[in-house]
Amino acid sequence: MSEMPWYNKGLFSSLNLRQKTLLTIGLTAFVLIVIFISGTLINANLPTNFAIKMQPPSFEHLFGTDWMGRDMFIRTIKGLSLSIVIGLGASIISSIIATILAFVASINRVCDEFVSWLIDLFASIPHILLIMMISIALGKGAFGVTMAVAFSHWVNLTRVLRAEVLQINTSEYVALSKRFGKSKLWIAKEHILPLVLSQIFVGTLLVFPHAIMHESSVTFLGFGLSPHEPAVGIILAESMSYLAMGAWWLAFFPGISLLIVVLLFDIMGENLKRLFDPSEANN
Amino acid sequence: MDLKAENISFSYNKKRQILKDVSLSLNSNQIVGLIGDSGSGKSTLCKIISGYISNYSGKVTLDDKEIPDKDYYPVQLIFQHPEKTMNPKWKMDKVLNEAWAPTQELKDTFGLKDSWLTRWPNELSGGELQRFSILRALNPKTKFIIADEISTMLDAVTQVQIWDALIKHCRTNNIGILAVSHDPELLEVICDDILYFKDINHI
Ligand SMILES: Nc1ncnc2c1ncn2[C@@H]1O[C@H](COP(=O)(O)OP(=O)(O)O)[C@@H](O)[C@H]1O
Ligand SMILES: [Mg+2]
Repeated sequence: MSEMPWYNKGLFSSLNLRQKTLLTIGLTAFVLIVIFISGTLINANLPTNFAIKMQPPSFEHLFGTDWMGRDMFIRTIKGLSLSIVIGLGASIISSIIATILAFVASINRVCDEFVSWLIDLFASIPHILLIMMISIALGKGAFGVTMAVAFSHWVNLTRVLRAEVLQINTSEYVALSKRFGKSKLWIAKEHILPLVLSQIFVGTLLVFPHAIMHESSVTFLGFGLSPHEPAVGIILAESMSYLAMGAWWLAFFPGISLLIVVLLFDIMGENLKRLFDPSEANN
Repeated sequence: MDLKAENISFSYNKKRQILKDVSLSLNSNQIVGLIGDSGSGKSTLCKIISGYISNYSGKVTLDDKEIPDKDYYPVQLIFQHPEKTMNPKWKMDKVLNEAWAPTQELKDTFGLKDSWLTRWPNELSGGELQRFSILRALNPKTKFIIADEISTMLDAVTQVQIWDALIKHCRTNNIGILAVSHDPELLEVICDDILYFKDINHI
C-alpha cells in the first residue's frame, strides 16, 4: 500500500480483513488510552464556580456544568478513567480466577465436579444481585466493587478454558510429556498455559465492558463507590434529582460517554478475538 | 533387559474387544517386527506396552518387574504422526530438549539441521519432525523403543536414513526395538525376528 497515499483510495477499502481488524483495535485502544490518561491527569477536586452553575452545553463547556459550576466534560472524563481502572482490575482478577479454576478442574474428577458446581452456582445468581451482595460484604468502595465485579464475571471464561484445558490434556504431546516423567504442574505451566494465553487475554478484554457497566450500575444504585468518588455511576445518580428541573445534560452526556466507552471495549475485544481465532488465522 | 507383555486383553468399549491374551517378549539386544492388518489393534498394543493406556488386563514387565508410572518411562513410543506429538506453541529447540539434551554428534547422525531448531513444528516436514521425535526419545534412560509405523509417511530416502541412524544407536546402546509396520519388506531388512499380529492376538 506504500505506492498510493491512503487518503486517495479510501482507507478501509484498501485494507484486507486482518489489517482492518488491526486498525480497529489500534484506534479503539488509542481512544481508550487517551481517555484514561487524561482522566488520571485531572485532579479529583474540580474547581467550583457558582457563577456558572447549571449551564447547558456550550462551546466553553461541551457537556454543560453542574450545580456547583463544575465542568461536566471534565467530570465525565475523570469518571470514565476511574471506571476503566476498576474495569481493568476486575477483568484481570476475574481472568486469574478463571485460569486457576480451569487448571484446578483438570486435576481430577472430584476437582472437575467441584468447579462445575461452582460455575452452575454462580451462573444461577443474577450478576447485579451478586455484585451488590459481594460489594456490601466487602464494605463497598473501590475495593469492594472491583472484587464484586471480578467474582461475578469469571464464569464464562472458566467454561471456555476448562473445555480447552480438557482437550489439550488429551493430546499426544501431553501424554508423551507424562511418559517423559514430567509433573502435572510442569505440564500445566509449559504445555497448556502457552496454548490458552491468547484466550485468557481475549477473555479479559471481553469482560471489560461488562465490568464497567456493572460497576456503574451498582454505584448508581448506591451499592458501589461512595458519593465523593468521581465515578460515572455517582454522576448519573446525582443528576437524577436535577432531571426534573430540565438539566438533561447532567445525565445525557455522561451516560452516552459511558455507553461509547463500553462499546469501544466491546469492539476491541471482539476484534482481538477474531484476530486470535484459530479458524480465521492463516495457519 | 527383557520387556514382557503377558496375557494382555483390552477393549475401548463394550461393543468390541480389540486385544485378547496377547503375549510377547523382547530383549534389549533385539529388533523385533510386528506386522498386521490395519485396524487390528497394533497401535493399541503399542500404547499399552509404552504406558499410554492403563485400564487393560494382563501385565507389562521390565525384567519381571512392573514399570513405575511416575518417572521417566523406559519404554518409549514413537508415533506415526510426529506433528501431533509436538506442542504447536513450542519452538523445535524446546521440543527436542524436553526429555534430555541430545549430543551434537547424535543430532548429526540423525541429520538434524541447526536451522530447524528456531522454527515452529508447522514449519517443518513430516520427515524432519520425525527425526526430532526419535531423537528426543533416546534419553539414556530409554531401554526400549516402540516404533509404531514411524516411517510410513516418509519417502524412501528419509526412511533409510532414519532407520539406519536409529538401529545403529540402539545396537550400540543396547536398546531393544519393536518395529510395527504393514510393510513386510522393510521389516525383513531391519528385524531379527518378525511377529504376525494375528498369531499373537487370540481374538
Ligand atoms: N481411542 C479409541 N477409542 C475407540 N476405539 C479406538 C480408539 N483407538 C482405536 N480404536 C479402534 O481400535 C481398533 C484398533 O485400532 P489400532 O490399534 O489403531 O489398529 P492398528 O494400529 O492395527 O491399525 C480400530 O478399530 C480403531 O477404530
Ligand atoms: Mg496403527
